[in-house]
Amino acid sequence: MTGLTDLGLIAIRDGVAKGEFTAVEVAQAFNAAVAEAQEALNAFIVTTPEAALAAAEKVDATRAAGKELGKLAGVPIGMKDLFATKGVQTSAASKILEGFTPQYESTVSQKLWDAGAGMLGKLNLDQFAMGSSNESSAFGPAISPWRRKGDTAALTAGGSSGGSSAAVAARLCPAATGTDTGGSIRQPAAFTGISGIKPTYGRCSRWGIVAFASSLDQAGPMAHDVADCALMLEAMAGFDPKDATSLDMPVPDWSALLNADLKGKKVGIPREYRIEGLNADVAKAWDDGIAWLKDAGAEVLDISLPHSKYALATYYIIAPAEASSNLARYDGVRYGLRDLPDGANLQEMYAATRAAGFGAEVKRRILIGTYVLSAGFYDAYYTQAQKVRTLISRDFEEAFKQCDVILAPTAPTPAFALGEKSNPLDLYLGDVFSVPASLAGLPAMSVPAGLSSDGLPLGLQIIGRPFDEQGVLNAGLAIEQRAQFSAKPEKWW
Amino acid sequence: MAESTYRIQGATGEWEVVIGLEVHAQVTSNAKLFSGSATAFGAEPNSQVSLVDAAMPGMLPVPNMECIRQAVRTGMAIEAAINKWSRFDRKNYFYADLPQGYQISQLYHPLVGEGSLTIEADEKAGIPEPKVIGIERIHVEQDAGKLMHDQHPTMSYVDLNRSGVALMEIVSRPDMRSPAEAGAYLSKLRQIVRYVGSCDGNMDQGSMRADVNVSVRRPGDEFGTRTETKNVNSVRFVMAVVESEAKRQVALIEDGGKVVQETRLYDPDKNETRSMRSKEDAHDYRYFPDPDLLPLVLDDAFLEECRASLPELPDAKRARYVDGLGLSAYNAGVLTNDVDTARWFEALLAATASAQNKPEADVAKQAANWLLSEFFGALNKLGKDLSTSPISPEGAAELLALVGNGTISGSIAKQVLEKMLETGDAAGVIVEREGLKQNSDTGAIEAVIAEILTKNADKVEQYRGGKEALFGFFVGQTMKAMQGKANPQIINELLKKALAG
Repeated sequence: MTGLTDLGLIAIRDGVAKGEFTAVEVAQAFNAAVAEAQEALNAFIVTTPEAALAAAEKVDATRAAGKELGKLAGVPIGMKDLFATKGVQTSAASKILEGFTPQYESTVSQKLWDAGAGMLGKLNLDQFAMGSSNESSAFGPAISPWRRKGDTAALTAGGSSGGSSAAVAARLCPAATGTDTGGSIRQPAAFTGISGIKPTYGRCSRWGIVAFASSLDQAGPMAHDVADCALMLEAMAGFDPKDATSLDMPVPDWSALLNADLKGKKVGIPREYRIEGLNADVAKAWDDGIAWLKDAGAEVLDISLPHSKYALATYYIIAPAEASSNLARYDGVRYGLRDLPDGANLQEMYAATRAAGFGAEVKRRILIGTYVLSAGFYDAYYTQAQKVRTLISRDFEEAFKQCDVILAPTAPTPAFALGEKSNPLDLYLGDVFSVPASLAGLPAMSVPAGLSSDGLPLGLQIIGRPFDEQGVLNAGLAIEQRAQFSAKPEKWW
Repeated sequence: MAESTYRIQGATGEWEVVIGLEVHAQVTSNAKLFSGSATAFGAEPNSQVSLVDAAMPGMLPVPNMECIRQAVRTGMAIEAAINKWSRFDRKNYFYADLPQGYQISQLYHPLVGEGSLTIEADEKAGIPEPKVIGIERIHVEQDAGKLMHDQHPTMSYVDLNRSGVALMEIVSRPDMRSPAEAGAYLSKLRQIVRYVGSCDGNMDQGSMRADVNVSVRRPGDEFGTRTETKNVNSVRFVMAVVESEAKRQVALIEDGGKVVQETRLYDPDKNETRSMRSKEDAHDYRYFPDPDLLPLVLDDAFLEECRASLPELPDAKRARYVDGLGLSAYNAGVLTNDVDTARWFEALLAATASAQNKPEADVAKQAANWLLSEFFGALNKLGKDLSTSPISPEGAAELLALVGNGTISGSIAKQVLEKMLETGDAAGVIVEREGLKQNSDTGAIEAVIAEILTKNADKVEQYRGGKEALFGFFVGQTMKAMQGKANPQIINELLKKALAG
């Protein structure tokens, strides 16, 4: 049964539907893979093999009864531990929520279960999704299954959805949920040779997802390939009256409409992304991508996104500002960790609880956010950042008058080793290509483009117009078909 | 406009008081501002709390448009500008009764802009003319929960039933100059929200409470430094706060001190305010637009519905009662003072007009006089009011119709009313059963009159000799002889004839 874990989402769904194997067999195979890799890869915070089996049994029974199967029937997936799952610990990889078991299910996870998917476990992430390397997880980082050629140094699986990327890349699950605030789906996908898409802001309900930065947070799928992402996104997306920022639009049949023929399409190459000292492997992958899209029939043109250079600074004001407020609810009063020193008053309880419950990166962002919102600094930082955010959105609007999609690297480098970037600023700089699309709320995906000179995956990013996930997926598919990326991490765990 | 002459007499001269009120009014709605939880007063602690109200991880607010609608209607009732584009901001601070760690409010772009209301002239209270009080804005925001410190020796308990309940914050201009004006403003505001139905105005249940901003100055000077006394929950207390706080400030300044901008609390037992926190330890609330919510955009259809659903407001109603129904200004004022009284009166008026087949204007005085001079007193004796009245407007109209068509006299009507209150029976039933029908049989009345004139020949003599005041005596005797049931008008006519000889 070992071959089952090599299958992607659609292959499993179809195989179960045709009776080539049962959903239970699939769940068992992945449960075993998860258990075997857990110690080495630390991809999961909690594993739920019984939940995966229960869902599979239900699918098999449904099929045996001759009833209609859901879109993801029989597919076991990993759930980023930022989605509230009823009865299963939801920690956001933090000490402050360790042991917190929601009595509710997030909209997105519920939609996935309704489509017939099962849960293998809750995936590791950067604490409260704040980070690009998984190193801020209170439970230790997920480890990438990839290694540099001739080196055993533990590499990052990216962040914040690093548990998701590690698990999909290591074939511990055929697909996983991610969330993307400034690149947290795309960068880990790029680092691990898988595909992932952040849809237009509002496509996936945020209800039940532990909030990091509300105006930026978006859920999306991470999977082996573009088609799997398209299908899984269909199951995740849709209007939710419980989320006031949810898009009230029908969900297109993205997977059925996939089309890699880009004749008549125009692809913009943003000149400002050609930053000085761009990693040579990354630059080459980008050039390859341009060639592939031309080969697919697209016209490629230079475009300008003049405010790109301010995107990082803008992001690192807005996201922490929102986070500082969103995380105020973790105060030890109603749920989660409470640290109540002897004789402590309310203020002291807050201080002790939050000091013990939040990691260094979370504290850093709460401090930054509190600072930029404080009287006297608000206009200089927050108001200014909002203005620049508008300008960045306008850059894209202008660009999309000329082109249909934009092609850029996902990240400026391949995956780095854990502990290699000790300065937080170095980590923040890694988000340079991913945050502009987040600030503008645009759909963007990362697809594998090849390997670096030391054997690590490289990702290419496609950014599309608002609501045009189809255009993004189609361009992604065109690259996928030409990149022929088939490399897999050699199993060392 | 005549300015208030209210002054605080200090040791060094006269001081003028400047007052502004921020009134928090709980919006009447079945559900909270951003969640579907119920809002009933007095429910078991933490029985009206949703996942959103408790700020569980990943929970999101969704605006309850009924709350928005009520705030817009209130804005329209004070003739304010309604902002079709408004936005919610987060006010960040930590407290155990604030689960999110922030209150969703509207700082930068409130729902309702500039408006005003008019307080009535009240010579006795030192308000010589009606006065317009400016209202700067109304915004909507969430209420916090409640801490209970008396449930456990070392711990405080939190009740989140109120957490997330919708409040309107109605901010006046510093246009008031005396305790009476402040009291009149709050009463008028309460009257308006009760008419509109946007707030029940129950101050003792905390549905309405005021933050009272007070400063003093030499008459005509620049504004002085103000203090804000929080959560004052009755009209009387607001007036008391203004007076005691103004006196405190005057004494302080005249002692060479300085008023500091601070938040104060009122202690009704001692009738004084005390400092809660000064500006120095004021929170930095770090207001910013709530990223969970889109700007609130209202369309014309929504606003039109709000306007169309507004009832007749107290000022208009009072004017109509005087001009259209011919009531005295005083009676019109009493009848329109509270919306429940006005509603009861109008039901009575409609039923009375229909029972007597007359236009409302022809029976309005009868209905108003009866309601104000008979019925209120009778209810009062029973410790009841209109809301608990055992008699419906229709039942009362039947009674008034019996008087109107001469079936019973006014004094018999009083007896019938008492019986109605006692037994719950209809007026007609009581009149029939007790034989209270008025006697209009001129023959019978003439016979009685003849008898009385014979018995009192001496008084007849005196009357005819010019002592006309005795007429009342003959009326009384006749009425008495007929057990009060004779038609008084007929008695008058027949007596005059008989006495004229």
